[in-house]
Amino acid sequence: MITVDKLTKQFGDFFAVNGLTFTVEPGEILGFLGPNGAGKSTTMKMLTGFLQPSSGSVSVMGFDVLKTPVEAKRLIGYLPEGAPAYADMTVLDSLRFVGKVRGFSGSDLNTRIQETVDKVALNSVLNKRVETLSKGFQRRLGLAQAILHDPQVLILDEPTDGLDPNQKHQVRELIQNLSKDKIVIVSTHILEEVSAVCTRAMILSDGAIKFDGTPEDLAAKSVYHNSIHVHVAERHSELKAKLIQLPRVSKVNELSEGALQVLSENKDSILSDVNAVLHSGSYQIDELHVEQGKLDDVFRTMTSKEVNS
Amino acid sequence: MNALKVVLGRELSSYFATPVAYIFLVIFLMLSGVFTFYIGQFFERGQADLVAFFNFVPWLYLVLIPAVTMRLWSEERRSGTIELLMTLPLATWQVVLGKFLAAWLFVGLALVLTFPLWITVNYLGSPDNGVILGAYIGAWLMSGGFLAVGSCLSALSKNQIVAFILTLVVSFVLVVTGFPIVQDAFSGWAPLWLIDAVANLSFLTHFTAISRGVIDVRDLVYFAAMIGIWLYATSLVVDLKKAD
Repeated sequence: MITVDKLTKQFGDFFAVNGLTFTVEPGEILGFLGPNGAGKSTTMKMLTGFLQPSSGSVSVMGFDVLKTPVEAKRLIGYLPEGAPAYADMTVLDSLRFVGKVRGFSGSDLNTRIQETVDKVALNSVLNKRVETLSKGFQRRLGLAQAILHDPQVLILDEPTDGLDPNQKHQVRELIQNLSKDKIVIVSTHILEEVSAVCTRAMILSDGAIKFDGTPEDLAAKSVYHNSIHVHVAERHSELKAKLIQLPRVSKVNELSEGALQVLSENKDSILSDVNAVLHSGSYQIDELHVEQGKLDDVFRTMTSKEVNS
Repeated sequence: MNALKVVLGRELSSYFATPVAYIFLVIFLMLSGVFTFYIGQFFERGQADLVAFFNFVPWLYLVLIPAVTMRLWSEERRSGTIELLMTLPLATWQVVLGKFLAAWLFVGLALVLTFPLWITVNYLGSPDNGVILGAYIGAWLMSGGFLAVGSCLSALSKNQIVAFILTLVVSFVLVVTGFPIVQDAFSGWAPLWLIDAVANLSFLTHFTAISRGVIDVRDLVYFAAMIGIWLYATSLVVDLKKAD
């Protein structure tokens, strides 16, 4: 378990992280969301013991990161922002270095490196120097360095940044395939990533938590949650007029010729109501679906005020 | 202990991963030859010893050691690898000491490679090899002092050039405080203890005796303390500056 208590980081007058308190249980995949400068990286740096907090505490599986940093760091695998690696070393040497520091040696070290290299598909560049690698390979080397010791706690700062869609998919699968009793914390500003891999989402803005819940809860915050998208071949103005009369419908938008977006008043399901109207009028329906809500909108409404002020 | 060895090994191999190490070694050996034979007038002195060489070692260090230490920490900070390194299960002192020892071994290698001088003097005459060995040990000890200073100042800046210049300036001060000209500036007015303190601060004061083959415990303590204090300062600076 990770316990974060009133964690604060101050740079001069500026609070990069302001009194964060939360816990993460084994089995959770926590996604950190937030605009640039929200304090995601700063928080991760404090969780991993790299940055000294101004106040507050972090404990990882019972080890206080400030008082027993080496013990805590042993349990953590960390991919820092930008996936730094020694430019003048080869991929294999880099992994050997990290493995040896973590106490592996001999054949144990070799098997571990081989397994990790297979997982992140680094085989083709093992003997290349890091400075010659593409961004995608560098990111994967960073991941390999983080997961080499099969850590209890994995902290990844923007793991999919700079990867192509296939590689992104690969990394997401990798995260999901970690065994179920691990703790994973991922930061990202790709919102679909949160719904794709995370069991819990946390939105940070101005160093404080703006939202903490499941990705589904987050989607439910959207004004478009449970809204209905319907596309009819003809008589759409007439349909629009009928739909707006429904008691639980707050608004009907006409997105394009024949495409209507029906917003739910209280964000409950209005499918049956809309369906009744469609049936009674015998409309020819080209398309009909219920929207879960756009994370983008929720994200913007939760964080934009702070950005603008 | 194991972790320390791993850090040391990585650091040492990184010297040789680029041409920097070879360039350094070649320049060090060329300059030591020039100093010994031309400026030090090895042949004209007509004595079977290496005083001509060891007299110039502090000056060689002054210019070349900052080149060894400048990348020690500043490169880690510039490239961000310090975040990788300092989130591995390593104590700060292990990393500080590992890096320092790697640099110290590297300078030790440079000193060992001056062996043709030793062969020359043994071919031409019969020097006191005990004195020469003592002087070599002293020279290596002194390099530790210079390196510890450089390690600390390298941690202060992300820029290698800034680290180089800072180390050069501070090392220069630590060398010239032993000079008569600096001593004279104090002798008119300062109390004796201050003059002694200033003189004792100097690498030169403590190295001169050793380079003559006289190994005094006080000189050994001085170099050990110099290394210890500057490395301790390094670990403080690293913890303070690593995340900047």
